[in-house]
Amino acid sequence: MIQVRDLTKYYGDLCAVDHITFDLSQGEILGLLGPNGAGKTTTLRMLTAFLRPTSGTIRVKDYSIDEHPVEIKKLLGYLPEAAPLYHDMLVYDYLDYVANMRELDRNRKLSRIRDMADLCGLNDVMHKPIGELSKGYRQRVGLAHAMMSDPEILVLDEPTLGLDPNQIVEIRDIIKEIGKEKTIILSTHILSEAEATCDRIVIIHRGKIVADSSTESLKHSASGECFITISLKNARVKSVKKELDSIRAITGIALHDDEEGVLHVRLACRPSADLREEIYQTIKGTDWVLLEFRQETKTLENVFRELTTEG
Amino acid sequence: MKQVFHILGKEFRTYFVSPIAYIVISIFLLITGWFFFMTFFLFDQADLRNFFGLLPIIFSFVIPAITMRLFSEELNVGSYEILLTMPVTFRQVVLGKFLASLVFVGAMLVPTLAYPVSVSFLGELDWGPVIGGYIGAMLLGAAFSAIGLFASSLTRNQIIAFITGMAICFSLTLIDKMLFFLPQLLLGFLQYLGADFHFRTISKGILDSRDVLYFLSVSFIGLYGTHLSLQEKS
Repeated sequence: MIQVRDLTKYYGDLCAVDHITFDLSQGEILGLLGPNGAGKTTTLRMLTAFLRPTSGTIRVKDYSIDEHPVEIKKLLGYLPEAAPLYHDMLVYDYLDYVANMRELDRNRKLSRIRDMADLCGLNDVMHKPIGELSKGYRQRVGLAHAMMSDPEILVLDEPTLGLDPNQIVEIRDIIKEIGKEKTIILSTHILSEAEATCDRIVIIHRGKIVADSSTESLKHSASGECFITISLKNARVKSVKKELDSIRAITGIALHDDEEGVLHVRLACRPSADLREEIYQTIKGTDWVLLEFRQETKTLENVFRELTTEG
Repeated sequence: MKQVFHILGKEFRTYFVSPIAYIVISIFLLITGWFFFMTFFLFDQADLRNFFGLLPIIFSFVIPAITMRLFSEELNVGSYEILLTMPVTFRQVVLGKFLASLVFVGAMLVPTLAYPVSVSFLGELDWGPVIGGYIGAMLLGAAFSAIGLFASSLTRNQIIAFITGMAICFSLTLIDKMLFFLPQLLLGFLQYLGADFHFRTISKGILDSRDVLYFLSVSFIGLYGTHLSLQEKS
């Protein structure tokens, strides 16, 4: 569906995007991840023909961005970062304008505007000027704008920026819902969002791709240790250390007790071993009271940090 | 081509949603009305020469006020990105906005039709120069709109856009009045550049192709400059 080859963008001397190559097939939801200033927005702007690449090619279906930008724009629905909209237009007028620009015919236009208003929850604000809307509503108008022509590809730049937690869940559900048929590429720096919505994740750092794989395998690829956290009452530091030291797969123990006499233990273990049973048996043999017992596998966050911090 | 008209319609409507349109039109009518009728009864002549004589100067600051927001506001708010990622070309965007400004100039001139009508009751009005004057006014409006649009595409600050546009329009209007400062050699050339110089012949009722060509070329240069300036941003 989308082919990006050696995409590069310079702003003067600054290299914002550095030889990025990726593909996107139909029906896929791709998450573009990266720290601030990594080049996510620039990449999306080139994809939507807003910026011209310094070098490299983008092909959408059979169209190349240099030769057929208008055809590509017709296939794309784009929500720019922070949804910059016309402040003095009414929501309805704006959606009507977008529908006209997208060349929807009269009947389709009306039904589409109605559908979008329902889907994005805009019915209460249809006759308010966009400038008076809260950030969350503006974002929804932006989303309605992007989906107006029912495009095959949706490009969303930080779609949940500035929304409250309920709205974030709503928007994610909408994205997942439309992602069943459409191809979506979204950028975010919220990892849980990418984890929850995307099939595939591309991590960009300083304009370069540092990871490109499915969300699942990216999580699994997390090398290194896993952690077990235990909270114990009625236990002494010394005896806990002694007991747990006997388990060989534990590579590190960190202990601290709080004011209420609860001892918090964090155990680092080798990733292959599942020590939960063994630890439980050990605790069972003592008179400690077990308050909390939890295993963390390495999350996307760790992977992200590993790939995007200098070291 | 459809997109051009949608952009035109949207921009034109936006003028009347915000107070800009009403302020600009009121100021325009007040100034032209005041200056026209102040001397009208003194001269005791049933013509509109005075009114048309004023137009280039008044247009020089009214039209940049109309065009200043067309691109600057979009660049400032960021909606420029939304506009350009819709299926449009630069040409359609530039043309749509230019036509919006031109239609607005037309709308602004419509109430002034009351002047020739009322004058024709008072005396024998020669309609030839009046019609020529309105055609000239639209041509002048087109040229200044294109210049204002170009100024607007250069910056995200509307005030800078206004001042730049006004400076260019004023220079074009006043250039043939400054000629005595300049060497003989350049006279003819510089006089030909003056907007007022060309407007004067048209508003006398003489439609000379050179004058029409002048206004069309200024419009074209302005629009082409806008086009280049937009291309430069991507």
